[in-house]
Amino acid sequence: MPLIEGRVWKFGDHVNTDVIFPGKYTYTISEPADMARHAMEDADPEFAQKVRAGDIVVAGENFGCGSSREQAVICLKAAGVAAIVAKSFARIYYRNAINQGLPIVQCPEAVDAIESGDRVAIDLNAGVLEHAGNRYRFAPLPPEVSEILAAGGLVEYVKRKKGG
Amino acid sequence: MGQTLAEKILAQKAGRSAVVPGEIVTVEPDVAMSHDNAAAIAKSFAAMGVQRVWDPARLVIILDHAVPAPTAEHAENHRRIRQFVREQGIGNFYDIGHGVCHTVMCERAHARPGRLIVGSDSHTPTQGALGAFAAGIGRTEMAAVWALGSIWLRVPPTLRVVLTGRLPHYVAAKDIALRVLAMIGPAGADYRAVEFAGDLIPHLTIEDRMVLCNLTAEMGAKTGLVPPDAATREWLTARLGKTDVDSDFLLPDPDASYERTLVLDVGDLEPQVAAPHSPANGRPVGELAGTPIDQVFLGSCAGGMLGDLRTAARLMKGRRIAPATRMIVVPASAEIWRRALDEGLLAALAEAGAVIANPGCGPCLGAHQGILAAGERCLSTANRNFRGRMGNRDSEIYLAGAAVAATTALAGKIADPRQ
Repeated sequence: MPLIEGRVWKFGDHVNTDVIFPGKYTYTISEPADMARHAMEDADPEFAQKVRAGDIVVAGENFGCGSSREQAVICLKAAGVAAIVAKSFARIYYRNAINQGLPIVQCPEAVDAIESGDRVAIDLNAGVLEHAGNRYRFAPLPPEVSEILAAGGLVEYVKRKKGG
Repeated sequence: MGQTLAEKILAQKAGRSAVVPGEIVTVEPDVAMSHDNAAAIAKSFAAMGVQRVWDPARLVIILDHAVPAPTAEHAENHRRIRQFVREQGIGNFYDIGHGVCHTVMCERAHARPGRLIVGSDSHTPTQGALGAFAAGIGRTEMAAVWALGSIWLRVPPTLRVVLTGRLPHYVAAKDIALRVLAMIGPAGADYRAVEFAGDLIPHLTIEDRMVLCNLTAEMGAKTGLVPPDAATREWLTARLGKTDVDSDFLLPDPDASYERTLVLDVGDLEPQVAAPHSPANGRPVGELAGTPIDQVFLGSCAGGMLGDLRTAARLMKGRRIAPATRMIVVPASAEIWRRALDEGLLAALAEAGAVIANPGCGPCLGAHQGILAAGERCLSTANRNFRGRMGNRDSEIYLAGAAVAATTALAGKIADPRQ
């Protein structure tokens, strides 16, 4: 995994999947690029226009709670978000992010210090997040899980496993 | 050392005598359930380069989210699912009109004690009402289950919720669930199993247990479970016949180790209402009484049960809903719809001025059948009141049980059914 370095969009606690990707679009929009245009629509209506490739989303507790809709991961990835850092993740969102190959970092110590517009650097292999001259450590993913992320997501992982 | 019900089920599926919280097991699910998102799952499945699903008999697909199709896009989505079902020979396919997937899974006994169920819907824990370990997963993950027939799961620690006492009049399972959710918060059971216990449980119907387990999803839980008992046996026997129901059910050990135990005496519980924009914002109805309401939604896998319709019909029979308020009733399943018809409940609700719709998810997720306008307020018996959930960012959703919903429809504002 390469070093990830980018500009921060900061959100609060319990950011749910309905505000990340509203349910009314779940069966009418199917292309990732179209999903990206609605990313975070009901949390910050300006996000989708202003987000740039390589940006990093930073949030508080329980990021991605609510629906199991995977579009809530895909829309952020397609919008160019390079990683999500949070104090904690809702469990289905955590799995969906790994399955889509979107790096997620659970690092509660770092979150409070980070503000929107700041720059952070993340080394997934070393388990280190750098911000404003401070280094924060986070636990690496378990091997069963990092294998999927390393394959670039679950589709590629299954393809390899089935020898396809 | 003893094990909780969640640990016992995962240990059995992993072929082990015991598992401990935190460890990862790779297991084969007994049932893999999906709904209108099956077309998107089929697309990921095809991208994996796999031709046939691992076991067609273990797949269940139930169309419920936007039924009948409200747009051409939804219609195309349904068409693709029907085609996939034919190609793969999936027998357990429930087309539009059967009801919300979780309710149908319990009614058709796909959910059973000791089973491991994965569903591509966040409210899959509902099915733990029958003593199954039922967890929600995403679409790509479901495609991988279809391809591989296995999934990695981290064994969750168990939070035990002990319910004691007897429910007062006009207080029901929904009020218990909203109260527990308010007590522990929207991440209060994150990554955890929630096991219900206590002397109230034998007095709760399977429908009540579905509501309790349903709302564990809003607590962040991986699954919610009610250990099976006589009511479970009765429910299954009525649906499967006596010979197809296991003689012994998997139960938690008496000396099981729980991460935390929460005790709630329901004897003095008041009807609850969760204010916008979180289901964890529950408070006694009196604190929100008088709030004007434009639309009441009685329905969903958390509030469209037969018991809910009976409660509402009893309160509304012979009366009219407030002139400036509309009410939409969506029975959770076809079985409930037909019984409500036979019992005269639908007639009582329709005569009171409610719109009766077909079984399914209804307006819960903002796709159709009752989307809100900007500035409107809805009181809903569903499970989620996130901003924008019912299709409009600038609307408000209040969550409650059927008694509060009925009284509110009559009053045109949030009202206490006990008054």
